[in-house]
Amino acid sequence: MMKEELETTNRPDNTAFTQQRLPAWQPMLSAGIVIPGFVLIGLAFIGIGVALFITSQNITVLEKDYTGVETTSDCYKCSNPSDKNCTCKLEFSLSTLFEGPVFFYYGLSNYFQSQRSYGASKDEYQLSGDLDYFKTPISACSPYQYDANQNPIVPCGSLANSMFNDTFKLYQIVNGTKKLVPFDGKGIAWWTDYNIKYRNPSVTPLKNAFNGTVKPSFWSKPAYELDTSDPSNNGFVNQDFLVWMRRAALPDFRKLYRRITEGDYARGLPAGNYSLEIAYNYPVLSFGGRKKVVFSNVSWMGGKNQFLGIAYLVVGSLCVVMSMVMLIVYAKFKFPEDD
Amino acid sequence: SALSILANLTHVICAFGRDERRVDSRTIYVGHRPCPATDTFIPPKFCDNRIVSSKYTVWNFLPKNLFEQFRRIANFYFLIIFLVQVIVDTPTSPVTSGLPLFFVITVTAIKQGYEDWLRHKADNEVNKYLVTVLEDGRRARKESEKIKVGDVVEVVEDETFPCDLILLQSSREDETCFVTTASLDGESNHKTHYTVPDTEKGLESLSATVECEQPQPDLYKFVTFFSLCVVSLRSLGPENLLLKGATLKNTQKIYGVAVYSGMETKMALNYQGKSQKRSVVEKSINAFLLVYLCILVSKALVCTTLKYVWQSQPGQEEPWYNQKTQKEKDANLYLNMFTDFLSFMVLFNFIIPVSMYVTVEMQKFLGSFFISWDKDFFDPEIQEGALVNTSDLNEELGQVEYVFTDKTGTLTQNSMEFIECCIDGFQYKNRDSSTELDGFCVTDGPVSMLQQKAGREEEELFLRALCLCHTVQVKESTGQEDWVGDQVDGVLGLDGEMVHPAELRGFIASSPDEVALVKGAMKYGFTFLGMESKNMRVMNRDKDVETYELLHVLNFDPVRRRMSVIVRSKCGDIMLFCKGADSSIFPRVRQEEVDRISMHVERNATEGYRTLCVAYKLLSSEEYAQADAGLREARLALDDREEKLMAVYNQVETGMSLIGATAVEDRLQEEAAETMEALQRAGMKVWSTCYACRLFQRGTELLELTVRTLEDGGRRREERLHEVLSAFSFSPRSWTSAKQDYGFIIDGATLSLVFNSSPDSSHYKSLFLQICQNCTTVLCCRMAPLQKAQIVNMVKNSKGSPITLSIGDGANDVSMILEAHIGIGIKGKEGRQAVRNSDYAIPKLKHLKKLLLGHGHLYYVRIAHLVQYFFYKNLCFILPQFLYQFFCGSSQQPLYDAAYLTMYNICFTSMPILAYSLLEQHICMEVLMSNATLYRDVAKNAMLRWSPFLYWTLLGVYQGLLFFFGVRFLFSNPALQDNGQVFGNWSYGTIVFTVLVFTVTLKLAMDTRHWTWINHFVIWGSLAFYMFFSFFWGGIIWPFLRQQRLYFVFANMLRSVSAWLVIILLILLSLLPEILLLVLRKPRWPHSRQVRYTHI
Repeated sequence: MMKEELETTNRPDNTAFTQQRLPAWQPMLSAGIVIPGFVLIGLAFIGIGVALFITSQNITVLEKDYTGVETTSDCYKCSNPSDKNCTCKLEFSLSTLFEGPVFFYYGLSNYFQSQRSYGASKDEYQLSGDLDYFKTPISACSPYQYDANQNPIVPCGSLANSMFNDTFKLYQIVNGTKKLVPFDGKGIAWWTDYNIKYRNPSVTPLKNAFNGTVKPSFWSKPAYELDTSDPSNNGFVNQDFLVWMRRAALPDFRKLYRRITEGDYARGLPAGNYSLEIAYNYPVLSFGGRKKVVFSNVSWMGGKNQFLGIAYLVVGSLCVVMSMVMLIVYAKFKFPEDD
Repeated sequence: SALSILANLTHVICAFGRDERRVDSRTIYVGHRPCPATDTFIPPKFCDNRIVSSKYTVWNFLPKNLFEQFRRIANFYFLIIFLVQVIVDTPTSPVTSGLPLFFVITVTAIKQGYEDWLRHKADNEVNKYLVTVLEDGRRARKESEKIKVGDVVEVVEDETFPCDLILLQSSREDETCFVTTASLDGESNHKTHYTVPDTEKGLESLSATVECEQPQPDLYKFVTFFSLCVVSLRSLGPENLLLKGATLKNTQKIYGVAVYSGMETKMALNYQGKSQKRSVVEKSINAFLLVYLCILVSKALVCTTLKYVWQSQPGQEEPWYNQKTQKEKDANLYLNMFTDFLSFMVLFNFIIPVSMYVTVEMQKFLGSFFISWDKDFFDPEIQEGALVNTSDLNEELGQVEYVFTDKTGTLTQNSMEFIECCIDGFQYKNRDSSTELDGFCVTDGPVSMLQQKAGREEEELFLRALCLCHTVQVKESTGQEDWVGDQVDGVLGLDGEMVHPAELRGFIASSPDEVALVKGAMKYGFTFLGMESKNMRVMNRDKDVETYELLHVLNFDPVRRRMSVIVRSKCGDIMLFCKGADSSIFPRVRQEEVDRISMHVERNATEGYRTLCVAYKLLSSEEYAQADAGLREARLALDDREEKLMAVYNQVETGMSLIGATAVEDRLQEEAAETMEALQRAGMKVWSTCYACRLFQRGTELLELTVRTLEDGGRRREERLHEVLSAFSFSPRSWTSAKQDYGFIIDGATLSLVFNSSPDSSHYKSLFLQICQNCTTVLCCRMAPLQKAQIVNMVKNSKGSPITLSIGDGANDVSMILEAHIGIGIKGKEGRQAVRNSDYAIPKLKHLKKLLLGHGHLYYVRIAHLVQYFFYKNLCFILPQFLYQFFCGSSQQPLYDAAYLTMYNICFTSMPILAYSLLEQHICMEVLMSNATLYRDVAKNAMLRWSPFLYWTLLGVYQGLLFFFGVRFLFSNPALQDNGQVFGNWSYGTIVFTVLVFTVTLKLAMDTRHWTWINHFVIWGSLAFYMFFSFFWGGIIWPFLRQQRLYFVFANMLRSVSAWLVIILLILLSLLPEILLLVLRKPRWPHSRQVRYTHI
């Protein structure tokens, strides 16, 4: 008796933790919880799936390839890479109103923006306006680091060099005359890219910052002339440039080109005939690529994507079916329940 | 004389040998005084007395420690990966693998550095300890490390010896001193050591040489010649050597000459780390690692191949938008392929994570605390709990298939009680509770009173034999009685009411049996009073004191298994008393005597008593003279002394007459039988190295294979053995089908027959093993320590290499403990050697049940889950990265950001699994303990075999595919925001990664059966931390980063409803099969909650 009362330093602490007796919740998934749970989850998923599916169905998408592979295509004439400053037309007609706001994307396929060396080939310090890196771009930009005369290239690197340079003009044919559909080039790039991540050097005029540098070889005009009409859309914060610099994940991708939000077209593209004038500059046939334009409106879930709705429907029904199966199994074998 | 010639010869040989530098002995000049008679005095060079147990110095710490760490294959692998990242242009920065590696290396280095610092401190304490050394007659204080071989050192009571000394002078009158060697071999009893005879004259002027063998680690072997300047020569043995580390007791002070110093002392030579045991789980990990390494290499190969196949397509080799640099163009194609291969290896190397090693180590280290913290292991008697010597084997405790237990002190309490004796065939029993009536003889009442069946003559002879034939010392009562309680072996006082209170005395002996016997004799009226300068004093029944001169002690050894003394009585009769195991005595006495006694011995043995036979022999003076000469000669022998002694012993111990036998009971430890039964129900096979402890459950059929059964036929043993073994193994009994349990009994002699009889030995061995493996219980009685280890080794290396566990408490179990996969020491009465050599030490046998069935089972489940989970989570982590290579032109583009790659295993998913692996109780402790059969569920590495591994791997593949392709289909239209903007590759990776982190964490949550607040905290905390980190990481332009890849990627992702929906969908879909399995799997054990309530 005496000995038991004797507390010594050797005696292990009698705490719940040291004795592995912490109060614990021991969940047991019982049929009573799981079957209703599955039904609920299944129903919720089916609900979401239906909503997604319907939303996706309601999104209108107009997709047109303009690579010019087929001889019938107007752009066939431009598909020869030696042909500079070629313009071609893509005509289409809408039978009903294309509800707005309409988003205008260009799409490239078999184009690997996701390649590592390609993606790494840029100088982020340069792009954040650091003038030191205008003189000596990072070596990752090679072979677009310096030109043949050892002048630094700004913006350097393959990624910037290969910026998409087809331009588009959309006309509605109203009574035989072409009516320009105004494009909105703002708000196509991420807000943070435009406002924080990419910066022009704080030199006015911007052109002076580029003294002693050369433009990327593929570009027709230097960075400071990307949008001469709007200084806030020029240089490295040009939104087309920003969109291009955000690398696509997959080799078949689309990028936002313009939004149609203004004027008569704020509600959408009315029914009628349209003509898209394309300044065909960007060569893709050499690597088997394709170019396309996509008109689409978007919903709360983004662009049209049937996959999500269908997946939700499938998984939801799967849950419901499984709960049925479980119900049958339980009814048949009647596992003893712990409560 | 012959001796001095021999000595001179030895001198010559030694001197010769020294010159030739083939020294197998060393010459020491006591007090560094040369012997005038010897030729030139060459002061010999010996190492100093510095003890160095530390591994590193300040200077070599870094290189040496790094070298040792990188010898570990895993560390080396990660180092290679790191170097590849530094040298080759790889997708991820060297930081991603360098940082974790640096962390691991640093933590390990700090830990090892700290441990070494402690060792340095301990070394310094020993080395700087001040000792007194006699220098030219003056006493001088010196630091211990400055002692040189040949110095005469003074040691006072309770000091430890600073080096190995030869005892020259003692303050005790009888020229002895007492030491305890508790820190050396764990034996805390007092051992008597003797001074070198004839050195009484002043030490200042003593000039002598010591001729001793080169240092060797055997503590019990020491052969030396001591010569007082050629004149006289003495041979010295271990009884003259005081070992460093031993402590002087009961002696005021002694002087000794240093013979071995520093790292050459026997203690230092014995201080060799045990070889490290590796657990089966670790072997499984290595096997899995190999699989993953193959996966890794094949992934890298596939990707490299793909890259070059893809590049060979027109236009893809070098599309205009992504032109190669001049350097790349110039590079050799094959070199490019190789560097690409390496790059892919680096990209996918996260599949074998550094952090798994860290987590496993941490789990083991922290987990072992729960064993030492467990208050159920606390024994109030010795005021100690369990001790964990290695944390590497926690999970192995859940895998034990064979338990080898020692009997004495392990199954039993090792407190001996004299039960009965048998004199001349008549039984004498002195026990109140004796209800047992057998046909032989019945005794009622103390022997001394009545029913004297044997003649008084025989009786007294027997009792005298018990009083004389031992090495027990009487503890002089010094008034300080409290040590009695601490004295491990000791015994202490008596409980019999017949004892005169004044004679309350303590006996000190190396084995409790001896004390029990002396006490037994006391009960019958013969009291051993102690030694008085070579005279043993015995008080007989008539209260007269008889004295016997002790002439020789023929020590006990485990091979002979007997000991003898030769004494001369007052009237000049020289007698030899011998006691020993029946098997070692019976062949040396007359057969008719054996017949009278053997029955009693048998019966006592089957009842589980320890039996000893006592024999005696009257020596004529010629016989004695011959024996005396033989013994002296053998003791002087420098070579093969052991063998020579043995031969003389055997020669002397013949032709004796058997006078009786004793039975000493060693009571079973509390709950020993229950524990053993539980272990058996848990599917373990229990092998005991001694007889009869209710190991056999009722209904067990016994198969016996002992010397007795072999000799039944009267034929050659080998023939019988063959016959019996074959009969057992080929008998119509079908081992598997029958519900019958079998028990098997074999003894040491038969075992050695099995092991090394004939050329057929291996055949016997396999037969034997086959029989044993089909028995639930095997008893191996009368085993030598080495045989125990042999048996363990045999089972360990048998088919299927079962996990063995040895449990023992004494030095004789150490070999067995070291041999088995897990060695368990009982903190018993036989000192600490077993505990020190064990992997785990527990106070009592009964604790084994909780250790194995509770802790072992849980640790196994925990670590098995930990390992599988780790492989799984890294598979589904890296698989999308691999799949992404098909969509980025096999360009080694990482799918996830570098921060995610690094942090995934370190921060986001490490804590929940660590908490799980420390706290999980899928079945709570009480149920595990009360339901021993649950142990069988995890037997044979059930959770780490290939089928569960395959399951986890498939799960990982399924989820990895789901993560990647789910997001892939979502990204068929990358416009995922309601403002029509598109997501890029980092958004893709971040969505996959978010799904991944949530899925693997929730998967663990689903597996957790035991949710403590810690589990809640780390699981939800990890997820919250992931969210927080991602926001933070993407919310700031990091000044030290060139690439702000993830800037606002996470926030933008959360703005997209589609991203949310796809994340939820994928998490649910990837967990769906798991949930289904969980629900449909019938619970196999009672729900733990109920049991816990009923317990409270």
